[in-house]
Amino acid sequence: MSQLIDYTCYLGDNALILGHRNSEWCGHGPVLEQDIAITNISLDLIGQARNFYQYTASLKGGDTTEDTLAYHRDAAGFRNVLLAEQPRGDWAYTIMRQFLFSSWQHLLYTSLQHSSDTQLAAIAAKALKEVTYHQRWSAEWVVRLGDGTQLSHEKINTALQSMWPLTAELFVPAAFELAAPAIDPKTLQQPWHAQVAEVFREAELTLPAAVDGNSDGKNGAHTAYLETLLQEMQYLPRTFPNATW
Amino acid sequence: MVPDKKTIWSLLSAITDPEIPVLSITDLGIVRDVQIDGEDVEVIITPTYSGCPAMDVIASGIRLELEGRGYGKIAVTQVLSPAWTTDWMTETGKEKLKAYGIAPPQPQRHTCTPGLFATADAVPCPQCGSWHTKLLSEFGSTACKALYQCQDCKEPFDYFKCH
Repeated sequence: MSQLIDYTCYLGDNALILGHRNSEWCGHGPVLEQDIAITNISLDLIGQARNFYQYTASLKGGDTTEDTLAYHRDAAGFRNVLLAEQPRGDWAYTIMRQFLFSSWQHLLYTSLQHSSDTQLAAIAAKALKEVTYHQRWSAEWVVRLGDGTQLSHEKINTALQSMWPLTAELFVPAAFELAAPAIDPKTLQQPWHAQVAEVFREAELTLPAAVDGNSDGKNGAHTAYLETLLQEMQYLPRTFPNATW
Repeated sequence: MVPDKKTIWSLLSAITDPEIPVLSITDLGIVRDVQIDGEDVEVIITPTYSGCPAMDVIASGIRLELEGRGYGKIAVTQVLSPAWTTDWMTETGKEKLKAYGIAPPQPQRHTCTPGLFATADAVPCPQCGSWHTKLLSEFGSTACKALYQCQDCKEPFDYFKCH
């Protein structure tokens, strides 16, 4: 049971932390339509996080709720991959991360929707429809920037090079991913590479060589960026406990 | 008051979506079932999108409406499976959407089984009916809509995207 709790929390944490990062673009997008697009993606991700957290809370029982999971845990209690917590960077960085993340999430949810755990399967089937749009939107932007001007190509390539080592963690299993209903992340690696490579060909980007990684984020060992993100995100409920609208 | 299913369904059909007020929650197809146990009523709803902010408002709208009519214990339960699809929107709902200026989801489901770089849905303009329209953004004023523009009458419009 504790493995399943960790796993559902892990799925929620990835969605919440990237959702929060993307929400930082609200009012700052390069053009209005894309400001709306990236914040809609945030909303989808935060909605997915709520579904996973509600399930986690029902498994844990006691006083745990979706809100205590989101707002009253310290960084070391979060299990999201390090890729999700990195600062939003420039538009190219946000786009590249979204594409690499959504491509992975799409494969993960595609497997998870057939899970023997019916609640995980239901959340994944619902979320998969949303992630399909995220993946296509971000893939189109990767091509637009990669196959755009010299400057846009440089920016998206710089983003790719800087985050590529962090993608390894997506496929390194943590203890809670070793048994069903968790999906073995190693099974997602080859199809993920193939999809990413296809888009990079269109975008005239070179697929970097595979790198080794560890599962630091999944085990609660985060970069300092998560601390600052949580300070912002958790400020209100920590300063005014039990505040309601 | 002793509830009966037919009356409950008809009361629910008067509750509207807070973001698209011309549509009722039954037009949208998000009410999956009504269960009655003695004087207790349970309404089972399903979200259109995981992050749909309207769900909490809709749930409290259902409770207020039924309690206001004198029914006793009201429970609103949210289920995720089977996942909501635009196919559950009623034909009346689609007509209302169009009259409101939002293009209803197209029955031909191009984007529901997409590969990367699938072509965008062909969507007729809800104002002038022209098929000469262009996708401006996959994401519109809410997560369930995309933004299009008519190339003939030049009006931008929302499209309730296939899901």
